[in-house]
Amino acid sequence: MSRRQKRTLLSILLSAALFTVALFLQEGSLRMVLLLAAYALSGWEVLLEAGRNILRGEVFDENFLMAIATVGAIVIGEYPEAVAVMLLYQIGELFQSYALGKSRRSIAALMDIRPDTATVERDGTTAVLSPEDVAVADVLVIKPGERVPLDGVILEGTSALNTAALTGESAPRDVTVGDEVISGCVNQSGLLRVRVTKPYSESTVSKILDLVENASVKKAKVENFITRFARVYTPLVCALALLLFVIPSLITGDARTWGERALSFLVVSCPCALVISVPLTFFGGIGGASKRGILVKGSNYLEQLADAEVVVFDKTGTLTEGAFRVTLVHPELVSEQELLRLAATVESYSDHPISRSIRAHYHLPVDIQELANVQEIAGQGVTASLAGRTVYAGNEALMNAIGVAIPVCPHLGTIVHVAQDGTYLGHIVIADQIKATSKEAIAALRREGVRKTVMLTGDAKPVADYVAAELGLDEARAQLLPADKVAEVEALLSETRQRGRGRLLFVGDGVNDAPVLTRADVGVAMGALGSDAAVEAADVVLMDDDPRKLALGMRIARRTLSIARQNIIFALVVKALTLLLVAVGLANMWLAVFADVGVSFLAILNASRALNVRA
Amino acid sequence: MKKTFALRELDCAMCAAKVEKAVQAVPGVQSATVNFVLQKLTLEADDAAFDEVLARVRKAVPRAERGCEVL
Repeated sequence: MSRRQKRTLLSILLSAALFTVALFLQEGSLRMVLLLAAYALSGWEVLLEAGRNILRGEVFDENFLMAIATVGAIVIGEYPEAVAVMLLYQIGELFQSYALGKSRRSIAALMDIRPDTATVERDGTTAVLSPEDVAVADVLVIKPGERVPLDGVILEGTSALNTAALTGESAPRDVTVGDEVISGCVNQSGLLRVRVTKPYSESTVSKILDLVENASVKKAKVENFITRFARVYTPLVCALALLLFVIPSLITGDARTWGERALSFLVVSCPCALVISVPLTFFGGIGGASKRGILVKGSNYLEQLADAEVVVFDKTGTLTEGAFRVTLVHPELVSEQELLRLAATVESYSDHPISRSIRAHYHLPVDIQELANVQEIAGQGVTASLAGRTVYAGNEALMNAIGVAIPVCPHLGTIVHVAQDGTYLGHIVIADQIKATSKEAIAALRREGVRKTVMLTGDAKPVADYVAAELGLDEARAQLLPADKVAEVEALLSETRQRGRGRLLFVGDGVNDAPVLTRADVGVAMGALGSDAAVEAADVVLMDDDPRKLALGMRIARRTLSIARQNIIFALVVKALTLLLVAVGLANMWLAVFADVGVSFLAILNASRALNVRA
Repeated sequence: MKKTFALRELDCAMCAAKVEKAVQAVPGVQSATVNFVLQKLTLEADDAAFDEVLARVRKAVPRAERGCEVL
């Protein structure tokens, strides 16, 4: 309990004691003094706040409403009523603030990946610094059990890293010299010396925290509805209270009864239950999702994720491993090694997974001294001049473009043809493995009610068809250039729009599909651990490589939304009922307060359920 | 410069909005957002005048919501 809560509790107890004593006394001045003292003790803060707010021209706030209601009760001589209402209100507020504190703490615990200190080696000694004070190129010493404070590269040591806080994945990741380590992971086994590559403010851990903490800026439609609703609700109920007092009093002449009812009306007019619990629900949902390695950049995306109807996948790196391996080398005219050398050299500047796999297969370092005019042709391949001759490495389209005839290769995979000055030299077959979890991921999405799954790829049709059939996808579109992917997504989007309120998700690895990610209703980047570009471009970021997280994300989104809706409906129904009962005289002010603070309390408790995510 | 501060005793979403508005109105503040759930204030102001602005913000916060403080 905070200091303020303890103080409130104390004044509630004292006030309650005075109140109880007063109730046993006969009518008289002593009883009145005790009741007024009890009222002052529990209500002085509310009265003070209300006064200050009126001076500042802010009327309809809860303090004002409570003050009017209780002062009104005193004016009409209902002293015990006034004290009881104020007491109940304070007790309710206390419970509410306690519950709020609890939910806040569990959210904060979820995001407890912030490293407190960093041990840095400088001038032969080590110093313990705050992570903000560590510079790029500093050398960190990370002991087993410690959290990696900044992103870096391992200089010395071998260890297993626990990435659970970032990815929700419990299997540790083995790392050794030369590997990148990402801040927020926990070093499990060996001592590591790490050279810092990014300042703290750009390190993974602060990016993730920033993203989750600021997710509440992008509000869901439900949240905006609540804000608008709160703005009209209070003045409306106040106006109704006034009408409830004036009209029946004039007709019946019984101003006292109707005055009492009007005051009770005011007590119910605070929309607190909604205003507090709905943002808390969304935040809990976002926090719970991040615990499982699903970063959602705003409540609005959570809302759209819940309505996902069409899911469009990029193939490489999303449904497949993206780790291409050279499976066959078919040289003609030159040796196998020479064919590989040419391909590896001209592709040496490319970061495309295919280029990387060729370089990896070639093993030897490439000599780029005589390499010039490297041109990457999107969707075709690379051309470059090497030692005075022009080398082409790319797909069928590239070979057609330069007028080189190619043989038919029966092997499935991506085929990189190599030609030199118009002469065909052979080809390299590169294949990519389907992820072990992809098939299950597609089935899980279908269970969540996704109507259509589509795969887009720049790859050849036989490869696309094979993967689609293997995974049970509805459609596969092959041989697409980056621009074609945007067009395909646009077409699918307008088709989805015509059908209704379903949403289109695009899932990619975030490396080169930024335009599509932004075009889709929800852009999801996968395996984004350590990839800044993906984190920037996407609306939802899956920290690990597991496509099954999509269906989990949808489930979390739906659960969060349903909790938010439960709270809204519950609060509105209880309030409407209370107003009705008060208006016809079946409920008094006590019950009204109970309805008001009780609903807030229960709504906050319900909201905290959004945090708990089951697998 | 942009900095984040923890707030204390921020107990309702309405109050968070009130505090946010009050901080935004402080002279020298370029932008200010209050995160109700995390009880955090993100403040952006000119580097040179930051401490001065922060001092004004510290005063403005409890004025907007009694009991609420910038830590």
